[in-house]
Amino acid sequence: MAKKIPAINASSMADISFLLLIFFLVTTSMDVNQGLARRLPAPIPPDQKIEDTDINKRNLLVVKINSANQLMVQGQLTDVKQLREKAKEFILNANDEANMPKLFEEDFGEPFGVLKYTKEHVISVQNDVDTQYQAYLDVQNELVAAYNELRDECARKYFHKGYNELDEDQQKRIQKIYPQKISEAEPKNYGGN
Amino acid sequence: MAKIRRNEKREMPALNTSSLPDIIFMLLFFFMSVTSMKEVTYKVQFQNPQATELTKLEKKSLVRYIYVGTPTAEFRKQYGAETRIQLDDAFAEKNEIGEYIINERSSMKEQDQGQMTVSIKADKETRMGVIADIKQELRRAYALKISYAATQRTNY
Repeated sequence: MAKKIPAINASSMADISFLLLIFFLVTTSMDVNQGLARRLPAPIPPDQKIEDTDINKRNLLVVKINSANQLMVQGQLTDVKQLREKAKEFILNANDEANMPKLFEEDFGEPFGVLKYTKEHVISVQNDVDTQYQAYLDVQNELVAAYNELRDECARKYFHKGYNELDEDQQKRIQKIYPQKISEAEPKNYGGN
Repeated sequence: MAKIRRNEKREMPALNTSSLPDIIFMLLFFFMSVTSMKEVTYKVQFQNPQATELTKLEKKSLVRYIYVGTPTAEFRKQYGAETRIQLDDAFAEKNEIGEYIINERSSMKEQDQGQMTVSIKADKETRMGVIADIKQELRRAYALKISYAATQRTNY
């Protein structure tokens, strides 16, 4: 007859796992790490002269934020909620207006065909030293949102899918039509303390 | 005939707790999978700003953090209430950022070095002057992939 193995006393197992559970509860934080991803421009070598890059005035959308977190878009006082629409209008320039960026025609291949797009547009964000971080991030967020919405619209038109559902290659092709060009100047003191 | 037993003490049967560890382990695994380890002990306090166009940071090992905020209550006496920068576990000056980034990058695998992301965790009240200084330092150290840590905005 086989010898019977005595049952191992497992009553302390619960205590051990409780300890582990409490340890994890204490050491962890629930918040997920997410944020607004941006890319900084490469540094200018010290021996290189700063050239005045000649950007045609019509290709430039100037967004200024002062120390009181007020927003000025193309010289007009604007609410941050209107920025997204203004940026989209500027990037698209659907009606080929003279004060909006120049349109270029290019063949993007199937399924886009020949499209008109504003190749050289630049959105310039200028902020004051005393601007609040939240106000700055709001502006950045709205500008990124404008690009995301345009790309999403384009994806739905040509691929009948949302931009996020496309594969990497398709996303890259749409990025070519709507290149993200947000430039950030060095902070200046615009006054208004 | 029914017998009424009075004198016999009735004992409650022992509760079977053999499945308790399993339940606790399930809880444990749940918490392990949904949470992330705290990276450092915060010496500055900050409240993340809000935004909507958020992307998740991938590959935790390639992310380094810069914390910006006012010192917590216990350090207030020593460091004052001005906005300070924290790198790893210690307060730092802005000119130390470059060195820190270069050190951290050289400790990574060579093929990963270009993928390094710097997450700026700053308080929403921070003045942009500080953030701009940090950005300049990061540019100089060629840490160009950055992420402004933010929480999802729920209302406008």
